[in-house]
Amino acid sequence: MSSSANLMVDNLGRRTLKDKFYKVLVVVLSIVTISPIVLIIYELIVKGYRQISFDFILKTPPDTFEAMTALSSGELIPGGIANGLTGTLLMVVLASVIAIPVGVITGIYLYENPGKFLANLTRNVSDVLQGVPSIVLGLIAYMWIVKPITNGFSALAGSVSLSIMMLPMIVRSTEETLKMIPQTIKEAALALGVPYYKVILRVLIPTSFSGLLTGILLGISRVLGETAPLMLTALGSTMINLDITKPTSAVPLLIWEFYNDPNMVDLIWSSSLLLMAMVLALNLISKRIAARTK
Amino acid sequence: MNSDKITKGVLLLSSLLILFVAGGMMYSLVEGAIPAFKSFGLKFVFSNNWNPTEGKENYGALPFISGTIITAVAALLISLPLSFSASLFIGEYYRGTKLAKVLGTMVDLLAGIPSIVYGLWGFYVLRPLLIDLGLPNQGFGVFTASVILAIMIIPYATSLSNEIIAMVPNELKEAAYSLGATKSEVIFNVVVPSARSGIVAGYILSFGRALGETMAVTMLIGNSNVIPDSFFSTGNTMASVIANQFGEAEGLKLSALIAIGLLLFLITGIINAIGKFIIKKMA
Repeated sequence: MSSSANLMVDNLGRRTLKDKFYKVLVVVLSIVTISPIVLIIYELIVKGYRQISFDFILKTPPDTFEAMTALSSGELIPGGIANGLTGTLLMVVLASVIAIPVGVITGIYLYENPGKFLANLTRNVSDVLQGVPSIVLGLIAYMWIVKPITNGFSALAGSVSLSIMMLPMIVRSTEETLKMIPQTIKEAALALGVPYYKVILRVLIPTSFSGLLTGILLGISRVLGETAPLMLTALGSTMINLDITKPTSAVPLLIWEFYNDPNMVDLIWSSSLLLMAMVLALNLISKRIAARTK
Repeated sequence: MNSDKITKGVLLLSSLLILFVAGGMMYSLVEGAIPAFKSFGLKFVFSNNWNPTEGKENYGALPFISGTIITAVAALLISLPLSFSASLFIGEYYRGTKLAKVLGTMVDLLAGIPSIVYGLWGFYVLRPLLIDLGLPNQGFGVFTASVILAIMIIPYATSLSNEIIAMVPNELKEAAYSLGATKSEVIFNVVVPSARSGIVAGYILSFGRALGETMAVTMLIGNSNVIPDSFFSTGNTMASVIANQFGEAEGLKLSALIAIGLLLFLITGIINAIGKFIIKKMA
């Protein structure tokens, strides 16, 4: 009797110990999980902050010889990434112009026709599109735009690849947001005899606006740092270019070029720091909007 | 009345456009891949000889297919304990607390870091560390690429599984607690079994992500066109070979790269469809 009671106590001790062990393990591994983000941002700031200045935003990169001269005399590399910033802006805006209307309208279609065969098919296809690797989208834009339409690498081709990437995210977030609107609001508008397009423009879109915006901003922040599809489409340019039929640079493309040029390699950290700052700002803004509406 | 019809037509058209884009992608990839498959047939998939030299041109994708699968599986295995712990932290141990929110936000931010920045960090921070630990090939190779890939896919597995874990009904857990179970026993005997399919779906989706990642892998895997013979040897993935060799590609070589793109499209499509199917079956 007493021996079996002892055994239970021992057993409980061992079980509690095991329980504690797992908790510590989970906490430690969780800290390991998030440490890369801290380490990466730390690395970018420490190595990149010195280069950040107005020149860095307003000027184009030096040629490799200028960079070498500056390096050998121990100065900061002159110039900046203005061509990348304008190129990124141009392509992301163009991609948004293509993806947002199609994405939002399709999201509304999915919400309005639940259970229909075509809606289910579109939803599934859009889910599959979301998983397509970005480099494949680069190949597609190369075959669709670079070869037949612009006869060479172009900002348009880059935008098309980015827009295909954004599209499924916007479709998804639009449908999910609309599902949260009370059905009665829409019914009230329809009961008043409001035409269908006005119900969409004046009721559905305004009431779900912050949700739509969150989805769109997250989509933009995802494509902002994309490099692979742009290597196959926009290629890059040493000058500021706003012609969508010409090769255009982008911040991630510049980082790739700097990385491959031993004279310019110092510029990767400041460029990445700026890129990360843009991505994180968009991320945090969209989270803030999402949190406020909840 | 008429305007309603037009509106409905526009909605329908936009949704058809997405189907059209997806169908067009499939069509273009197949069309572009035909010359490669015509020249090499099924040998394109099973040959390990990738030789762009003129006159002796031969393209076999096996080194890249195997490289892709090996790095993605390794990345999944490395990320498993990490994302599983993070989702338990957020969904169970510290559920609803500020600490869980902070951790969740930081995990989400991992998904926001551009692939090329992961590549730089892997190249300049992780690689020297691995060289010091005695890794061959200047620290390049499957292992280095997998470690970075593992970090990159953590948020995809974590965000889905912590939601599912948090959704496990309290009654189930309370029943186990009332029988005297400890927290870890509740987790392994109640929470994990009832959230199993969601957790699995999360890992499948993150595996799909790992298959298609390009820049970070390109910068770290060493880019040699052979089947990796060990965990620490160099290799190439399907995505990285497209990124590497696209610049100088025309004719048959271009077609071979497009064919690799087609295979990658199909593999990731199937993996994602499986993941989504499991999620749908749960709902």
